[in-house]
Amino acid sequence: MGRLKRLGARSTLYAVVAFFALFSAFPFFWMVITTFKRSHDLYTLENNPFLFNEPPTLEHLHGLFFDTWFVQYLINTFFVGVVVVAITLVVAVPAAYSLTRWAGRWGENLGIGIFLTYLVPPTLLFIPLSRVIGVLGLQETLWSLILIYPTFTIPFCTWLLMGFFKSIPPDIEEQALIDGYSRLGAMLKIVLPLSIPGILTVVVFAFTLTMHEFIYALAFISSSSLKTVSIGVPTELIGEFFEWGQLMAGALIPSILVAIMYTFFLDRFIAGFTVGAVKG
Amino acid sequence: MMKAVERQPKAAVLGAPTFWGHLVDSERMLAPLMIAPAILYIVALVGFPFLLAIYYSLSDATIGNLSLNFVGLRNFIAVLEDPVFRQSLKNTIIFTLVSQVLVLVLAKILALALLKDFRGKWLARFLILLPWTAPIALGTIGWMWMLDSIFSPIDWMLRQVGLLGAPGAILGTASNLYWLGIPSLAMTSVILVHTWRMLPLATVILLAGLTAIPQEILDAVEVDGAGFWRRLFQIMIPMLIPIISIAALFGVIFTFTDMVIVYVLTQGGPVHSTQVLASWAFFKGIEAGDLAQGAAIALFLFPLMACMAIFMLRLARRTEVT
Amino acid sequence: MATVEVRGIVKRFGDVTAVDGVDLLTKEGEFLVLLGPSGCGKTTLLRMIAGLEEPTEGDVLIGGQVVTDLPPRVRGIAMVFQSYALYPHMTVFKNIAFPLKAQGAPKAIWKEKVTWAASMFGIETLLHRKPRELSGGERQRVALARAMVREPNVFLLDEPLSNLDAKLRASAREELQQFQRDIGTTTIYVTHDQVEAMGLGDRVAVMDEGRVRQIGTPREIYHEPADTFVAGFLGTPPMNLLEKENRTFGFRPETFLPLEVSGGHNDVEQFQFEVTWMEHLGSDRLIYGNVGARFTHRHVVAKLPANVTVPIEPGETYTFAVLRKDLKFFDRETGLRANPIPL
Repeated sequence: MGRLKRLGARSTLYAVVAFFALFSAFPFFWMVITTFKRSHDLYTLENNPFLFNEPPTLEHLHGLFFDTWFVQYLINTFFVGVVVVAITLVVAVPAAYSLTRWAGRWGENLGIGIFLTYLVPPTLLFIPLSRVIGVLGLQETLWSLILIYPTFTIPFCTWLLMGFFKSIPPDIEEQALIDGYSRLGAMLKIVLPLSIPGILTVVVFAFTLTMHEFIYALAFISSSSLKTVSIGVPTELIGEFFEWGQLMAGALIPSILVAIMYTFFLDRFIAGFTVGAVKG
Repeated sequence: MMKAVERQPKAAVLGAPTFWGHLVDSERMLAPLMIAPAILYIVALVGFPFLLAIYYSLSDATIGNLSLNFVGLRNFIAVLEDPVFRQSLKNTIIFTLVSQVLVLVLAKILALALLKDFRGKWLARFLILLPWTAPIALGTIGWMWMLDSIFSPIDWMLRQVGLLGAPGAILGTASNLYWLGIPSLAMTSVILVHTWRMLPLATVILLAGLTAIPQEILDAVEVDGAGFWRRLFQIMIPMLIPIISIAALFGVIFTFTDMVIVYVLTQGGPVHSTQVLASWAFFKGIEAGDLAQGAAIALFLFPLMACMAIFMLRLARRTEVT
Repeated sequence: MATVEVRGIVKRFGDVTAVDGVDLLTKEGEFLVLLGPSGCGKTTLLRMIAGLEEPTEGDVLIGGQVVTDLPPRVRGIAMVFQSYALYPHMTVFKNIAFPLKAQGAPKAIWKEKVTWAASMFGIETLLHRKPRELSGGERQRVALARAMVREPNVFLLDEPLSNLDAKLRASAREELQQFQRDIGTTTIYVTHDQVEAMGLGDRVAVMDEGRVRQIGTPREIYHEPADTFVAGFLGTPPMNLLEKENRTFGFRPETFLPLEVSGGHNDVEQFQFEVTWMEHLGSDRLIYGNVGARFTHRHVVAKLPANVTVPIEPGETYTFAVLRKDLKFFDRETGLRANPIPL
């Protein structure tokens, strides 16, 4: 009786998880199928769309890489991502440290304030910012994105880093002060090395946030050669005639890359790094 | 264990440090210096543009015209009289509310399932997180193809089971449903994609909350003889209210202000039936070049959002205190 | 060598006054213990001496020089934290070498000095390990070695034994004292554990509510408490305190003995002791009860060593006595020591 009940609970569990996994992943599964299907197979209504009725092909992938700006989109995205990550770190690391360690209750509130700016939507700001970009002469350059993206990566990453810094026991830093380091020295020599997991996480999050961004890129960039992946694929590859094979391949590749990075780091550094080092 | 040692020369107490020496030791000077760049960045590129948005909404700014004239509330009046705007406002609210209710219910179920250990959990997790981890613009393209007017696999399945495209079929005799071509179905599609997109985030947040419930409490309730449903409704959900409201807050804000799904999936069509505030502001402000009206439309997002945020945060805080 | 002095030092955190005007001067090479219940301000006082906390008022002097405005690193001190605060990402060797690195000492002498400090605590074999691979006692030694390697003028120790188990604590106490005697560096040690304080300190400063209530040798503070707080804080069980007229008077449980045992002496004060309850602790018997109606607040404890075999039963009344010299009198209003009165 008990065993039967447990078996039932187990089956329900698997059924629920399988349903959600299918629901969540289906569009990506669909991208995979479409990417490798021959066009004739894709556009024949009588064919079962879930099967390869004709042998798979790499023609869409080939087309994507050699007949479109796709590779350029990847390069642009990567370039913007790297520079934005650098700016974010330079600004967010000291701010987060300062807010967690020194500003007390006031710092906590300021931290929440900074985080709330992350929730100010791009949709509210892209109109005035498009003018700011124009005045600065940055329209139609990747620099416009590099300038604007930190407005959401800095608040988000500052908040994340505050959590990491809080988990480093103040004792360890005070010990460094006693051992002969200045306030700044203690931060650079002790806190930063101990925060490497946190900083890596922030690097990945800032990078994925820039890859996700759509609205600013759509508003500031219209030349094909300057687009990032997230606007290039939906606006340029669709074009006049829907090349669904190429389009799905173009959507699939960056999606999977970002998803792997994101998921991997989401979990990896949660375990306490300082466990055992402090309490006896 | 400890050996006697000879006295060694001692470190002397040093004199007062120089200015730089003082700076690197002074919390009072370092703290503001280190926060300043972040604050400046945000003030210059979030605070200032926000004020600029308000200013534009009260002017006659267009993309081509650099001279601004103050026109008072004329833009807001024009916007309010515009039926497309009213449609957009209604759609925004409907999309947000319906999708968030769905998200919270589904996320709760999914989080309860993911709390258990089972084989292949990491894969399930990866797949379930995909809609959130992959760029939404790209995920939406996948949906666009799945909801295609001719080649939709959903339609194909419905045809196979006889619900569509046959004489007397429940969903009609046409061979396709035209998901994105019929207003009611287009709205359903947009809601579906929003739900799909926000589900992982809400699940992860709720899962964190569930894991944080002390096992002793659950054990105690079980010893008291409470069944699953009583445990769920009398213990877990009340304890999770702060975290549920956080999940709802993020969900509402991201959904309310999002234009990517609508922009990619339907471009607001057919005939503005899926237009939302954000996409309408974009079409007006950027594509039609009317900065003033675009700013006015976008500004409608703000008070609604601010109210939501305050309400949710207060709810979360109150529950935490009591 | 150096002395440590604090003058009129005050620390307020908002409305809370953690340290409320403390004056203190150590002797050269002294082992001074700050003892008090948690929240009495002893750790805050130590942190102000270290330079980790800025005093609201008053000055800190090390070696006769005012260091109030100087950062910790130039004060010539070393400190061991309650948590040991080992750098979790560094090996034991690097932990111990870290202060040398800060001094800019050439790498060539690191090894020599680290080995010297490590050998003093018998941890030479652990140098390549990370802190998380060490036991509590080993961590404590690493922390001490790291403090040593700077050759400080003053050692500051914040409850360094509280994370060790009871057995290890006793041996660590002995080692610590031996080590301090050998190097002869002025040491300030914070603890809430009176056994540690009595065992380790050349002198003990008893603190409560941000003030030093008494400073003296362990004997002095135990036998001649300056006020009722010290009397009631030290000893397990603490001093019995009774009230009569405008005085509070007290006596230690171990001085409260059956009349026949205290025999011989004439100079005793007798009490009719109505026993209510008794505990056998092996080496001692603790006897709880009341002493007559002539005093208010008359609940007292007697501690009889195991070799006093006088039969005692709960519910009975016995005549107990205390030598008059063991009776301590305090002013009832201020709690401070006062002249004896006849009972």
